Amino acid sequence: MGHPKQESTVPSLESDKPQGAQGEGEAASHRFDDLAAETLWDYAPAPETVSVPVADRQGLFIDGDFCPSDGKEFFPSINPANEEVLSEIAAATQADVDRAVQAARKALPGWAALPGHERAKYLFRLARRLQERAREFAVLETLDGGKPIKESRDVDIPEAAKHFFYHAGWADKLDYAFPGRQVRPVGVCAQIIPWNFPLLMAAWKLAPALACGNTVVLKPAETTSLTALRLAEILQEIELPPGVVNILTGGGETGAALAAHPKVDKLAFTGSTEVGKKLAQSAAGTGKSLTLELGGKSPNIIFEDASLDQAVEGVIQGIYFNQGHVCCAGSRLFVQEGILPEVLGKLEWRLKSLRVGDPMDKNTDVGAINNREQWQRIQDYLQQGRSEGAVLHQVGDSSLPDRGFWCQPSFFTGVQPSHVVAREEIFGPVLAVMSFRTPEEALQRANNTPYGLAAGIWTDKGSKIFEMAGRLQAGVVWCNTYNRFDASSPFGGFKESGFGREGGLQGLRAYVKLQ
Amino acid sequence: MAKTQSQNSLGKSKGKRKVDRLPVLKTYKLYLNGGFPRTESGRSWKIEDLNGSTRAHLCRASRKDLRDAVQAAAKARSAWGRKTAYNRGQILYRMAEMLEGKAEEFTQVLQWSQKRTRRHALKEVEAAIDRLVCFGGWADKFPQVLGCANPVAGPYYNFTVPEATGVIAVIAPDAQPLLALVSLLAPPLCAGNTVVALGSESQPAATALFGEVCATSDVPPGVVNLLTGFRQELLPVVRDHRGVDGIHAAVDDAEERRTLELGRAENLKRVRVLDAGAVDWYDPRECHSPYWIEPFLEMKTIWHPSSS
Repeated sequence: MGHPKQESTVPSLESDKPQGAQGEGEAASHRFDDLAAETLWDYAPAPETVSVPVADRQGLFIDGDFCPSDGKEFFPSINPANEEVLSEIAAATQADVDRAVQAARKALPGWAALPGHERAKYLFRLARRLQERAREFAVLETLDGGKPIKESRDVDIPEAAKHFFYHAGWADKLDYAFPGRQVRPVGVCAQIIPWNFPLLMAAWKLAPALACGNTVVLKPAETTSLTALRLAEILQEIELPPGVVNILTGGGETGAALAAHPKVDKLAFTGSTEVGKKLAQSAAGTGKSLTLELGGKSPNIIFEDASLDQAVEGVIQGIYFNQGHVCCAGSRLFVQEGILPEVLGKLEWRLKSLRVGDPMDKNTDVGAINNREQWQRIQDYLQQGRSEGAVLHQVGDSSLPDRGFWCQPSFFTGVQPSHVVAREEIFGPVLAVMSFRTPEEALQRANNTPYGLAAGIWTDKGSKIFEMAGRLQAGVVWCNTYNRFDASSPFGGFKESGFGREGGLQGLRAYVKLQ
Repeated sequence: MAKTQSQNSLGKSKGKRKVDRLPVLKTYKLYLNGGFPRTESGRSWKIEDLNGSTRAHLCRASRKDLRDAVQAAAKARSAWGRKTAYNRGQILYRMAEMLEGKAEEFTQVLQWSQKRTRRHALKEVEAAIDRLVCFGGWADKFPQVLGCANPVAGPYYNFTVPEATGVIAVIAPDAQPLLALVSLLAPPLCAGNTVVALGSESQPAATALFGEVCATSDVPPGVVNLLTGFRQELLPVVRDHRGVDGIHAAVDDAEERRTLELGRAENLKRVRVLDAGAVDWYDPRECHSPYWIEPFLEMKTIWHPSSS
């Protein structure tokens, strides 16, 4: 395993060491003891050297072709690690939205009528081509979004390919997915995705929609359009019929115009609960079907009988992975009272070894905050947490670059349940640590939120795991692990974290009509 | 039967025979938290039969009654959800048994304000009984049909299990006042949701009567709550109430549909609104499907490492 500094915070399934193994915990505590006395080593830079050319201006992808916007407006897409402009992106207008929806509608009958096994082959091709161009996409993703290259390389891109591969196989098996029912596509799907996993979210949305015979108009987030547009190149390469997937770049106005378009049959959105509710309002009474994957304030609960080193590693993965820009981030840590000092000690020690900085460096654990607005929001929360009386801990010693948007991995202690940092989604590398005495109290406090996306439980006692897992109000419950994802595993929330699932058998439901 | 019917009438008896015994008439009330209260508002409205004779006075539930019902349903939720599926299934089956025993009374009530033969009304009652039996049976089977184990690419045990959403508001349409009510109520109920139902507005008596079925079937207090009242008054309350987690409705009116769907924007309610006229309530293939339960389930996916 080497020096703990080299340990990946990346939840890559392939490279992952199984957790819960007996020997692992012992090894980890030895390392902890050895290292406590040592000073931490410095690393030589290990930059990713592949260079990916980016066009100065980029437009829209409609009806199988890249085309200019109807309007004249462009917005810059910047590299959040150095604030340099990577490209100017067209802001799609209402006329562009009309054109894209029309193209999708025109393509719908042909695509829906294709035999499932033929639709499948397009998706298999897509998965394969994405795997072939994986390095290029990883670099582009990191350039545009600020996430560490090892995350885009080991998680975002391979998982995106896996999603296409997994769903490809469903295309000709849908009759077996919904027993007793005939399956029909919903129609034209408007899909609006966020900036935290730009390509992966595109894959989550596109793959099931296409497998089920729908056509799509996809709108990537304003700050991260580049990998979606490059995916359009692949769509051309694999000869996907024109109009089956259309991509519109732009901000909130473009998204609202797309969501409100009368010729759209289904709306799928991943993003904030606030925007999700607005979309639900605009969809009411229109006959559009709707799935929403929204915010979270997920609890991570450590019991006294947990393997603490593994638990702390899981907490680190849970909140600092992707700079905390994860809707299911374990942003509320509940620690059983007796082990609180020990857990805090380990957390602090582990934080010291997290490397914050150049996302393109293969050793970097925490990259740049995706955009200035989000950076400001996180700063505001840090300020508010302190002014409400919580104690902020930023123990890392990475020196942050002068330019770009950065935030030291942080955690708060002395947090009251009423504090804003314990209630609101921060979407940054900020953890609120609280303690509890009994499992019942942990449950009550964990569930005391309008959100219900994910939850983590750390204990070695099986019956406690199932009791907690059964009673936590969360769509995903990670037991003795955290932030694991898979194309075959449904993802989505309870309560105000949205409705509908993405991935797995249950994820198909949103993209079919049952007759 | 015709004799009983006319004797039940509140209006003066139209029978030619002299009445030798004054019948004891039923007072129809709400069914709320296991009891039969009148509406707190004291309001009622008159139900007339096709001849214009008064048949009964129904409680016109208020917003406060609705809120009380939601509170009772929320309180009952945890215990109902944690009953074994086998137990919930038996309770729904018991409801079917009780409804069978009351089939005659329901058949009469269903003929009050709608021109239909006795046979036609009885058919509705029988279909409602069968529906309860069907969803009683689903209680311990839908998790196997709708949940699954997932073959994730890694050393993890991963499975998806459905859980009840919470408090579901049922809005029954005017037509098929018993069958549609039962069809909308039984699917969420069998899964462990608790229900606050607003019955048919034009034929509300069957709704009030259905409380007697629930009350004699070991349905715990608060698990089913039945209101009679006006949609225009109560639908906006359903939409805005944050204690309501989902809505199962069949309506004829586009504006009512929109009102209910706006509940999603309030607190992400799970909303399924059917076009009442488009549903064939008598078709088991359509109405006995687990996909009537599914909208009121939350899929929970649980991961655990698997290694030695």
